Amino acid sequence: MTTRQVEAPPISALRHKDLLGISDLTADEILLILDTAEAMREIGDRPIKKVPALRGKTVVNLFFEASTRTRTSFEIAEKRLSADTLNIAATASSVVKGETLVDTALNLEAMAPDMIVLRHAASGACHLLSRICRAGIINAGDGMHEHPTQALLDAFTIREHKKSIAGLKVAIIGDLLHSRVLRSNVQLLTKLGADVWVSGPPTLMPAGIERQGVRKTTSVDEAVEGADVVMLLRLQIERMQGMFFPSLREYFTVFGMTRERLKLAKHDVIIMHPGPMNRGVEIDSEVADGPYSVILEQVSNGVSVRMAVLYLLAGGAEHETAV
Amino acid sequence: MKRLFKGGRVVDPANGRDGLFDVLIDGDRIVRVAKDIPPDGAHVVDVPAGFVVVPGLFDMHVHLREPGQEHKETVATGTASAVVGGFTAVACMPNTTPINDNAGVTEYILQKAAQAGLARVYPIGAVSKGSNGDQLADIAELRAAGCVGVSDDGRPVKTALLMRRALEYTAMFNMPVLEHCEDPSLKGEGVAHEGYHASTLGLRGIPGVAESIMAQRDIALAELTGGAVHICHMSAMESLRAVREGKGHGARVTCEVAPHHFTMTDEALASPVSYDTNVKMNPPLRAAADRDEMLKGIADGSVDCIATDHAPHHYDEKKVEFDVAPFGIVGLETCVPICFDRLVHPGLITLSRLIELLSVNPSRILNVASGALSDGAVADITILVPDLQVTVDPARFKSKSRNTPFGGWQLKGGVAATIVGGRTVYMNDAAAGAGRFK
Repeated sequence: MTTRQVEAPPISALRHKDLLGISDLTADEILLILDTAEAMREIGDRPIKKVPALRGKTVVNLFFEASTRTRTSFEIAEKRLSADTLNIAATASSVVKGETLVDTALNLEAMAPDMIVLRHAASGACHLLSRICRAGIINAGDGMHEHPTQALLDAFTIREHKKSIAGLKVAIIGDLLHSRVLRSNVQLLTKLGADVWVSGPPTLMPAGIERQGVRKTTSVDEAVEGADVVMLLRLQIERMQGMFFPSLREYFTVFGMTRERLKLAKHDVIIMHPGPMNRGVEIDSEVADGPYSVILEQVSNGVSVRMAVLYLLAGGAEHETAV
Repeated sequence: MKRLFKGGRVVDPANGRDGLFDVLIDGDRIVRVAKDIPPDGAHVVDVPAGFVVVPGLFDMHVHLREPGQEHKETVATGTASAVVGGFTAVACMPNTTPINDNAGVTEYILQKAAQAGLARVYPIGAVSKGSNGDQLADIAELRAAGCVGVSDDGRPVKTALLMRRALEYTAMFNMPVLEHCEDPSLKGEGVAHEGYHASTLGLRGIPGVAESIMAQRDIALAELTGGAVHICHMSAMESLRAVREGKGHGARVTCEVAPHHFTMTDEALASPVSYDTNVKMNPPLRAAADRDEMLKGIADGSVDCIATDHAPHHYDEKKVEFDVAPFGIVGLETCVPICFDRLVHPGLITLSRLIELLSVNPSRILNVASGALSDGAVADITILVPDLQVTVDPARFKSKSRNTPFGGWQLKGGVAATIVGGRTVYMNDAAAGAGRFK
């Protein structure tokens, strides 16, 4: 199970107040989170799915963008750790009255939450909050920047199937430009030594992506060839404001993941998708529902990984002994 | 009252002077600049060694925000900021509320400037009514009221046809069109330079060519019409290439570069503070290659002016998500130290060339009678201290706003005093000996 290539002794705590992005984490810290998530998973198999690790801690899920999967996943994770949680959706809050993000955060802060899980449409929104809040900030997706817990759950899922991440060929295909999942995954996978290929229409290729240690190609076939992992990204039609490709039909023809195309990959390839899927656009249903798909495992693993993140940011074992 | 500034180094490129000269002023006029002028009853001001007397500096691109956005800046606070920065004159952009597209607004601004009695204010009028690109503003009326140029700054002149007409029309007054070069479709919803850093941070990009494409259009139209176009706050190397080429063809094109564009790069988006809204400006901080090209243009003469694009914003407006924050930073009070520290002291340009960039050329481009210490000229004078150590402290700015990325920067070079129409309107207590310029 160990993918550790670094000589440094394993660490036992996350010395961070916030999780703003994978870019702030070292390879050892990533592995600590993944290892902790292994331990957390077992809790979900118990008849009583609850431990007292975060008893007395208040966690606010502050979501400025619609989200079912991520918010639910965080909420379940928080509850399994016995945290007091509350959900604030932007439309139901003072935001509609014109309150700024900073004021919303300061008002929450005045009620002394321990952690704020933030999703926001603006890149860097979590950084802004981390500078003004004592509460730990967990990034649940900020604009086109990062979605660190998604990358962590992806890595957790890959590790389950492939043991080690180092040396794997991982192809990430789709709307790269607008994807925070891409940015977090590129950070994480390159830190753990994977051979990362990205592919998609040139119009959706982020500037300077190759400087992040990945290979880019507009040929999906080239990216998929010999791949251990194929990760499809959602075409974020709601963020598309330009002329990025002619039609969904043409997109599917050129970039869509079909069973035929998947034959180029390794025989034990796994197919991933952060959801929600556009069936018949970036991924054919045959592939999404097929034997290589681990898409629903990703969702299950999300809970364990988020439990690990919450637990470690709250102080982990150190916090518990202090109680 | 006569005052004789004695023994200082005088740098006055318009008159070919750089050496020890005395400057005699009487009331609001310069009487004479010569060696060893006898006092003859004048009050003698000894200029200490190391201080330099230059023609008043002129920032040809500022936003004074009045009328309409007085919470950001007023003509009074903006001109107070200007004189602290060593500027005896500023040209203020028309994107106020309402837009300066008629004589009433121009007169209002000039009246506020007169009341403040600090720096001279030269309003820039709008090219089009409401700056909305549909119909020319009453440019002759604006000119008669005191405007020295026209611009739809904040946005580009909307169509090639309107730009053509504006250049043709303003040519009869020998007045330039000041252009904010930006192709709106390429800029899109961009908030930062398109490149590695914006990409990594998930910020929408604005490529350099969004600027240069518009510059190329306007230079071509200047050639066609014989009108004068001035490229504002140039940031992209492709734009500079277009300007050089246009000048080579004899087009009437000039350009300015802002201090932040020749000092900082898009790396500032990520560090020391990521998503700092005080590094959000339009055009954005660009790549190192662009920054270096701006420096080259300043050194080789293809850049005509340094202008700050002083753009005050209230801190509430900047304390928001990066995407939501307004573009722009203040610049009047940091310009001179940055220019000394980054241009003159490293030997990139001479002090004389700096004065061309900050005084002679802006005056020439806007056809304003300043920028020279000539006999009989109005006594607009700045006294500089090239070796003054300056630490930028936004809390001490005279501007109403503090939106600067330069806070805490330690720079060498500053201002000792600013004299407008023979009157000392600013003295820097930190520059030893500045008190004598009373």
